[in-house]
Amino acid sequence: MDVMPKWADVVLIPLISILLAAILSALVILAIGENPWEALKLMVDGALGSTYGWGYTLYYATNFIFTGLAVSIAFHARLFNIGGEGQALIGGLGVAIICLYIPWPHWSLALLGAAIGAAIFGAAWAAIPAFLQAKRGSHIVITTIMFNFIAAAVLNYFLIGALKAPGMEPATAKFPEATHLASFQDMFNFGETTFFRGAPANITFFVALAACVALWALIWKTRLGYEIRSFGHSESAAKYAGISPTKIIMVAMLISGALAGMMAINNVQGEAERLVLNAVEGAGFIGIAVALMGRSHPFGVLLAALLFGFLYQGGAELALWTSIPRELIIVIQALVILFTGALDNMVRMPLERLFLSMRRAKNDGRTI
Amino acid sequence: MDFATLLQMLDATLRLATPLLLACLAGLYSERAGIFDIGLEGKMLAAAFLSAAIAAVSGSVWLGLLAGIGASMLLSVIHGLASITFRGNQLISGVAINFLAAGLTVVIAQSWFSQGGRTPQLSGDARFNPIELPFAGALQDVPVLGPIYYELISGHTILVYVALLMVPLTWWILFRTRFGLRLRAVGENPAAVDTAGVSVIWLRFAAVGICGVLCGIAGAYLATALQAGFVKDMSAGRGFIALAALIFAKWRPWYALYACLLFGFLQAMSLRSDVIEGVIGFQVNGQFLDVLPYILTVVILAGFVGKAIPPRAGGEPYVKER
Repeated sequence: MDVMPKWADVVLIPLISILLAAILSALVILAIGENPWEALKLMVDGALGSTYGWGYTLYYATNFIFTGLAVSIAFHARLFNIGGEGQALIGGLGVAIICLYIPWPHWSLALLGAAIGAAIFGAAWAAIPAFLQAKRGSHIVITTIMFNFIAAAVLNYFLIGALKAPGMEPATAKFPEATHLASFQDMFNFGETTFFRGAPANITFFVALAACVALWALIWKTRLGYEIRSFGHSESAAKYAGISPTKIIMVAMLISGALAGMMAINNVQGEAERLVLNAVEGAGFIGIAVALMGRSHPFGVLLAALLFGFLYQGGAELALWTSIPRELIIVIQALVILFTGALDNMVRMPLERLFLSMRRAKNDGRTI
Repeated sequence: MDFATLLQMLDATLRLATPLLLACLAGLYSERAGIFDIGLEGKMLAAAFLSAAIAAVSGSVWLGLLAGIGASMLLSVIHGLASITFRGNQLISGVAINFLAAGLTVVIAQSWFSQGGRTPQLSGDARFNPIELPFAGALQDVPVLGPIYYELISGHTILVYVALLMVPLTWWILFRTRFGLRLRAVGENPAAVDTAGVSVIWLRFAAVGICGVLCGIAGAYLATALQAGFVKDMSAGRGFIALAALIFAKWRPWYALYACLLFGFLQAMSLRSDVIEGVIGFQVNGQFLDVLPYILTVVILAGFVGKAIPPRAGGEPYVKER
């Protein structure tokens, strides 16, 4: 029997963890001589106060949904994929090659092609660490860290070499007009009032939502998802049930890499419309925080990604209007990872004790 | 390449290998005790910042060093609490520590010094200055050995010699003392250590503490010896290269020295691409040399060149049987 009711595990613990992270963040803001309440108001106003702010919030959230889902599916197989950053970088390479070298007739086809390209490139980058884990037993955390660095070098190599556009900057040429994805500004344009003017959110957001639903169905409604989950719960039991560990590790990591890679259709094709250095900007790592906070559930990931989208856009506004640097968001991200991931038991243990004593009190009342 | 250039390259190798070596030995203690630590990078960064900040304010590099060690120790305590006391995931804790350091150093640096996330330039006593070993100047003119002694062995900061001395010391502690035996045992089979009546928790905290001290020295070296002041993200992946070196060395102190010297040499080479071009006749991509440590580590991990087997209880929180 579980010590705690399910809602406490799913809602209460993450909520307390986030609250702890928020309190510590507020203390940091206080310590550097700013007002946390004013800062929060600025962030809410900047990120949610206008359709422009929403456009940025949803754009960032789209990135984090992909990387968060990528980390989640690996978590279900008890694999820790820190390589989302590298996989998203290489996914960007795939998007760039597909957008630049194939003459697409229409953006919808280009979106399909780029999504497949990004997924294949991302999955390929995850395949080597997955293979080494499955066949050689080398720790996937270490290999994916190494592959992040190698990915950055590979990208650099192409951007100052084969793919470089004329000019000083290490970047590809602008993608052709036909690959331009419909932005929210294009979609929500009603004559006089244009919503989301100038914001980078685009149709990829809906692709990300579809990915959430698809992953949910995969994990909980298919045989493969069942196999992945049972492997994650107990490797020996899964083996006994005839599930091949090699297959599960490979499949889970390929899906994970593909999802991380697909982030590139948002930031490379949707926003920048060319490939630049460091295009991912740490979104791969934020995926870790998002997956932990969302309890590796696609809908939890969606909510957590929205929260981080808000933090990201709000943080940018803060940096613009106050002396609080943008790096504050990295601190918040670290605290979220710390409390929802590493210090989970610190919140869980006292809560379990509380629920246990409450239940005991209730049972005692019944016997009298 | 002439003799003088070779000496210069080796000299740079030694300087660049020092932070790697300190961080690598730090990871060695921690991982030998069964606590994975991918937060080496963050600890170095935090130490680099606080050492430079305190050295800049107080004018004393020794106070800076102490402060740096303190910052690194603080993060070590967090890592210990998360992974030992609360039996959390050590890898996730390490990731959190890396980000905590990356964010906080810039936020605090901006708040204290308002120089875009850097500390003021250090000079004089606020830095570790090179020490000239005895007779280095006098022996300089002796052929071959003189320049080697003068250029390569003498003229480093004290932390370089500390790092080098840490190698035999670590070997002695791990393989010749009772503490070392217990520390290694707790990384292989904590239940056996517990049965023998030795506290697993305290042994692991001790290892994590030593790791914090060494990372602190490594970070202070970056900001007060190798460079003159802190800049954003100055650890630049060195913590991960140290981790790679640790795997390369298969968790053994002397091999750690060789691995760090090798990776230091690669870094020195990528700084002097002109020299390499002169020797092998064609241009080598500097990027390639920078990621070579990572590629080599993946090859080692793949088991093509010997097998790297980590301590058996690594990454597992210890739960006493009830």
